[in-house]
Amino acid sequence: MSTITIDEIYCKGCHLCIDQCPKAVLKVSSRRNAKGYLVPQVDRPEDCTACRLCELICPDMAITVEKSDHEK
Amino acid sequence: MHPIAEKYLRKRALPFIFCSGCGHGTVLNAFLRVVDELGIIDDLSLVGGIGCSSWAPVFVNTDVLHTLHGRAIAAATGLKLADPKRHVVVFTGDGDCVGIGGNHFLHGARRNIDLTVIMLDNGIYGMTGGQMAPTTPTDARTQTSPYGNLEPPLDACAVAISAGATYVGRWTTAHPKGLAGGIKEAIRHKGFSFIDVVSQCPTQAGRYIYGTANPAELLRMIKERSIAKRKADGMSPEQLEGRIVVGKLHEETRRPELSERLYGIMKRG
Repeated sequence: MSTITIDEIYCKGCHLCIDQCPKAVLKVSSRRNAKGYLVPQVDRPEDCTACRLCELICPDMAITVEKSDHEK
Repeated sequence: MHPIAEKYLRKRALPFIFCSGCGHGTVLNAFLRVVDELGIIDDLSLVGGIGCSSWAPVFVNTDVLHTLHGRAIAAATGLKLADPKRHVVVFTGDGDCVGIGGNHFLHGARRNIDLTVIMLDNGIYGMTGGQMAPTTPTDARTQTSPYGNLEPPLDACAVAISAGATYVGRWTTAHPKGLAGGIKEAIRHKGFSFIDVVSQCPTQAGRYIYGTANPAELLRMIKERSIAKRKADGMSPEQLEGRIVVGKLHEETRRPELSERLYGIMKRG
């Protein structure tokens, strides 16, 4: 399992992270940030393999994946 | 904010000017990871021309030259020759580099000056509203090609190779890992390194040329058109029509590099 943090200040709601995730861990939330973008949310954290495709694709570096200790 | 962003971004320049879903942010993401891995931030100078691409350096907390349209390589040449110990990386766009900047691009490659030129290639002049550029595909409808682009696009990598660039690669924003690997090799390479990065422009090229402003769809289109160099090597030009050949395309280490030659002759004098 991993901890996925989404920075809702810098996220521009492009949803590339959701699209890139091979395990459907993320989904679009119904929340809008201060800029009016629909931010993503972590839906199935237990399925995250810490592949970091979401982190690598994010054009705003607004998503961070931390692998939990017992997997290291 | 991601720890690497926290460490390397110039906070007072934020937020990014890039549109939602723009590929340029993904390239900056990959670049910052490489800078972190190589530990070169204190020896790094960045140069940009004009355009969305050329804003990338401004967001990095290091020495930055934000120059005139097309003149990034010219300014970078001066910067590199003034202090050859620094890594000089140029962020440019397709219009900036091979449009107005075509001449400087040719001579930078010819001189084999130790620069790393990263061309963010979205096939359009995005910042000014979506005019056709030298890498715009044929038949594309843009603000300045309302009946379809009559011209064939330029293969910037082919031009770089024939002009004398000693490291040439092409990647896309759909290949962030390959892109980071390519940027790392390009920075480490002593000589003129050129990377053509195909990047999505949801606001202009997306809407006008590809019929969608959806970044995920545009990224999928880029990925589908991409083909690895080793696969492409066995294919004919007809088969490769419209495909994006990705990977390291050219590398050589025996051509003399300009700043070394200049400092060599200064020592002898």
